[in-house]
Amino acid sequence: MQDAHIGRLGIDTRKLGMWIFLASEIMFFTGLIGSYIVLRFANLNTWPVPSTVLNIPLTAVNTFVLICSSATLVLGLASVQRGYLEGLQVGLFLTVLLGSIFLSIQVKEYRELIHEGFTISSSIFGSCFFTLTGFHGAHVFAGVIWLTVVLIRSFLGYFTAEEYAGVEIVGLYWHFVDLVWIILFTILYLI
Amino acid sequence: MAEAQAVVRTTHKQPNYAAVFWSLFILTVLEITAANMPFAKPLVVVTLVFLAVIKASLVALFYMHLKFEKFIIYLIVIFPLFLAVFLTVMILSDKAALLAP
Repeated sequence: MQDAHIGRLGIDTRKLGMWIFLASEIMFFTGLIGSYIVLRFANLNTWPVPSTVLNIPLTAVNTFVLICSSATLVLGLASVQRGYLEGLQVGLFLTVLLGSIFLSIQVKEYRELIHEGFTISSSIFGSCFFTLTGFHGAHVFAGVIWLTVVLIRSFLGYFTAEEYAGVEIVGLYWHFVDLVWIILFTILYLI
Repeated sequence: MAEAQAVVRTTHKQPNYAAVFWSLFILTVLEITAANMPFAKPLVVVTLVFLAVIKASLVALFYMHLKFEKFIIYLIVIFPLFLAVFLTVMILSDKAALLAP
């Protein structure tokens, strides 16, 4: 890591900044999930069983895709830490690909649901579902763009075995997005 | 600065990422299986939340390298995490009290 970015705490300030941002993101998603719980309890009698409305097998595949994308990214980071730049590039490319597949499947899911009349305004469950998954999807979309930029920078020689903070920081963001999906998949689709 | 740099570059043993990946995969399969089990709803919910917490912890500890971070990073994460859990527990207990006969 570059000396200029190491603060008085002995931590790369870019990484510190990302952790502080993620702390705010924890509260953001907690607010959304808290609203979901309040609305669900307030409408227990009319709340549908999620499996009767949502396509669980399709989303289970999508969950697996996101888990794979986290693995490819972390393996890419491990590669560059060992000085193996090609490993980083392959890892980043696969992560961008898997992130794009996740978004494509989500768009397909949205199209099918809307076609069946399940929209953001059709019910409270619909409002909660599209708000929570929509905000998460927006985070994935931002992550895919960011990862693409990092991938391009890897080809331009920005990363070495000594300087890989750019990969580590986008990794923190991407794994957090994966972590949020693990929670959302459970509470929205399975419970 | 040299001292700080030395601290930052302290490397840790690479976690077994493949083991974490397969754990996440198996836990996801277990989740889907548990969701379809003909058990009492509260038991299923508790099981699913427990499995989700384990999965989220695996991602945070090993993929995000939280296990190897400095104490200050733990502090940054613990405060919002505490608030998140506190908010959720308070909402649930409030709603559960309303549902009680």
